[in-house]
Amino acid sequence: MRGSWAALLAGCVALGCAPRAVRVGSKNFTEGVILGEVAARACATGGATTEHRRQLGGTAVLWRALRAGEIDVYPEYTGTLAAELLRGVDARDLAGMRRALAREGVAMSAPLGFNNTYALGVPEPLAAARGLRTLGDLRGHPGLALGLSHEFLDRADGWPGLRARYGLPQRDVRGMDHDLAYRALSAGAIQVTDLYTTDAEIAWHHLRVLADDRAYFPEYSAVLLYRADLARRAPGCVRALESLGGSLDAATMIDLNDRVKRRRRTESAVAAAWLEEHRGLRTAVAAEGRAARVWLRTREHIAMVLASLLAAVLCAVPLGVAAARRPRLGALVLGAAGVLQTVPSLALLVLLIPVLGIGAAPAVAALFLYSLLPIVQNTVAGLRGIAPSLRESAEALGLPPSARLRLVELPLALPSILAGVKTAAVINVGTATLGAMVGAGGYGQPILRGIRLDSTATIMEGALPAAALALLTQALFALIERAAVPRPLRGGR
Amino acid sequence: MSDLPAASLAGVTKRYGDEVALGPIDLDVPANRTTVLLGPSGCGKSTLLRLLNGLIAPDAGAVRVLGAAVTPASVEGLRRRVGYVIQEGGLFPHLTARGNVTLLARWLRRPPAEVDARVVELAALARLPTALLDRHPGELSGGQRQRVALMRALMLDPEMLLLDEPLGALDPMVRAELQRDLRGVFRALGKTVVLVTHDLREARHFGDLVVLLRDGRVAQQGTLAMLEGAPADGFVRDFLGAQTDPPAGP
Ligand SMILES: Nc1ncnc2c1ncn2[C@@H]1O[C@H](COP(=O)(O)OP(=O)(O)O)[C@@H](O)[C@H]1O
Ligand SMILES: [Mg+2]
Repeated sequence: MRGSWAALLAGCVALGCAPRAVRVGSKNFTEGVILGEVAARACATGGATTEHRRQLGGTAVLWRALRAGEIDVYPEYTGTLAAELLRGVDARDLAGMRRALAREGVAMSAPLGFNNTYALGVPEPLAAARGLRTLGDLRGHPGLALGLSHEFLDRADGWPGLRARYGLPQRDVRGMDHDLAYRALSAGAIQVTDLYTTDAEIAWHHLRVLADDRAYFPEYSAVLLYRADLARRAPGCVRALESLGGSLDAATMIDLNDRVKRRRRTESAVAAAWLEEHRGLRTAVAAEGRAARVWLRTREHIAMVLASLLAAVLCAVPLGVAAARRPRLGALVLGAAGVLQTVPSLALLVLLIPVLGIGAAPAVAALFLYSLLPIVQNTVAGLRGIAPSLRESAEALGLPPSARLRLVELPLALPSILAGVKTAAVINVGTATLGAMVGAGGYGQPILRGIRLDSTATIMEGALPAAALALLTQALFALIERAAVPRPLRGGR
Repeated sequence: MSDLPAASLAGVTKRYGDEVALGPIDLDVPANRTTVLLGPSGCGKSTLLRLLNGLIAPDAGAVRVLGAAVTPASVEGLRRRVGYVIQEGGLFPHLTARGNVTLLARWLRRPPAEVDARVVELAALARLPTALLDRHPGELSGGQRQRVALMRALMLDPEMLLLDEPLGALDPMVRAELQRDLRGVFRALGKTVVLVTHDLREARHFGDLVVLLRDGRVAQQGTLAMLEGAPADGFVRDFLGAQTDPPAGP
């Protein structure tokens, strides 16, 4: 499937079709999105058509997407490269890193100019009261609660190594979203969190950054990774990306982060302003109103739900019919659909990226897979629930099996099947918000952005329409039931 | 022609697991008459009827209906020549009375005008007010439902009619009225009818010929007068006696 698309694309390029747009990706945090926006705008000034797939989830998603050719460029940190993606290469050895990347068909720009490494932060008043200045000082305060981002908690160069290096005794260590951790800090639910040294929140939340006096954390210089073939496909773009080297220091980055996070400017506007002021590059910023934004997200969201639901009905109803007729096959089908249901949505989305790339396709595929179980289950239940005397009557009339299925059995099972489709639809409306993690858009986009920016209003821009859509779906199915199911078969008459 | 049996079972046995539900049994069903299958509950009456329209296949022996062996290949065509009515009618709740009656004819793409005319004709025969035709089964009384089931069974003018306790679920008043109407229909049509009942009075009402079953075998067959005059064994006498004697007062 992927191979044939690649072949099609290659053929298209050879025939002189317009080259496809340069796609820039960015991770799901503000600095990543700003850098992605800076890269996309710089690239565009180099003459390439450019699009920015913003806030695509974590490192694994972006790295896979880059190597699969789903995106061409994304901002990364040398420390992450060394620890996660190119094991055994030192984060300060740029040449070694470039060689290792070249084997993956990836190139690395000159470092952008700032080092955004991990650190632990403590609220200033607490730090002053307990005399906390260095990471080592935490040893004397085993009762402190730590709220760490999931990635930091799990990665080899994160919490496990840090705890070993400093001999830290804290037992109350929870994984939480980086942006939620700041809320938890203000609420007093945790006292220590991991942060990045360019986070705008350090000043904003009055945090003290604990000194890493044993030099535990590695270098996290910001760079842009891009596909090696981009130099041939869009040389102007690559020149523009390379020219960004050394132009962003930590203070500048903190300021850019602060403009987005606290002053509520959009990443696009902040990136465009900086490029114009400091690099003399003029790029257009489209102004779009909230209504247009919500409408776009609504279309994306509904398209995801409809496509997945339609495909699921077309697959799951025949599967359910087969499963109802053959008990062994039925057990197998229901078992498989049940196992699918237990795969966490985020994991499923990431697993689908190598196969389907990023964007709506993996999201629709995941929603499709989740829809199978309720529809198959209810189809089987509906068919098995038909009274034997009715089955026998249909058979005794002399109708062949296909006609019995179409004229008698499916209509009798219809209320149950519809209930299954409705369950799947309502679940899909909710789960589709996760599609934003892989670039599918939808109501998840403002929710992710809102969590990232600590902005309840932005979260509501996604959460309220999603809730309304779920209610609307319920109402719509009540109407469909009234239209499609004969009165005597309707529940609660 | 009319001397040939309409249906016959030769050396037929039907088992469910290790339990013998019917047989071994040999039986001829005479053409153009009403045969009543009589016997206590669980003696195999419904099983026999299901064998006759191929809903189940025998474990041993041969079933012939309307001149042909019942095989997987012949069974569908055969069922269209045999009407079947069960207790509670087996009407499809998602279709109206008319939808139930005409389902097969519409699937066979019979001309609509012909279908409509036949429905009116059958409604008169089954004494069902045509105003009720557009109701769903749930909106009809038990007796009306059985009239619709009879119409459905007669829609394609079958050569044979199988009825499995068609009046079993009705209250006495409705039952008596429908009994009379059914007998009128059978007489008017002169078709081969096999009717199952466990009720002796019903057998007396309908039957030219009575087949009394016991544990899956024929205990005795003949006219009811013959069975009463010369019961073959104690079971026959007891079965007939139990239902004719007035019940002992409390
Ligand atoms: N589908 C079935 N599975 C198992 N046993 C059955 C089935 N149908 C009928 N039987 C058994 O076969 C015997 C005859 O049943 P049936 O023909 O329904 O009796 P009747 O109609 O005379 O009451 C009974 O013992 C019944 O339990
Ligand atoms: Mg029975």
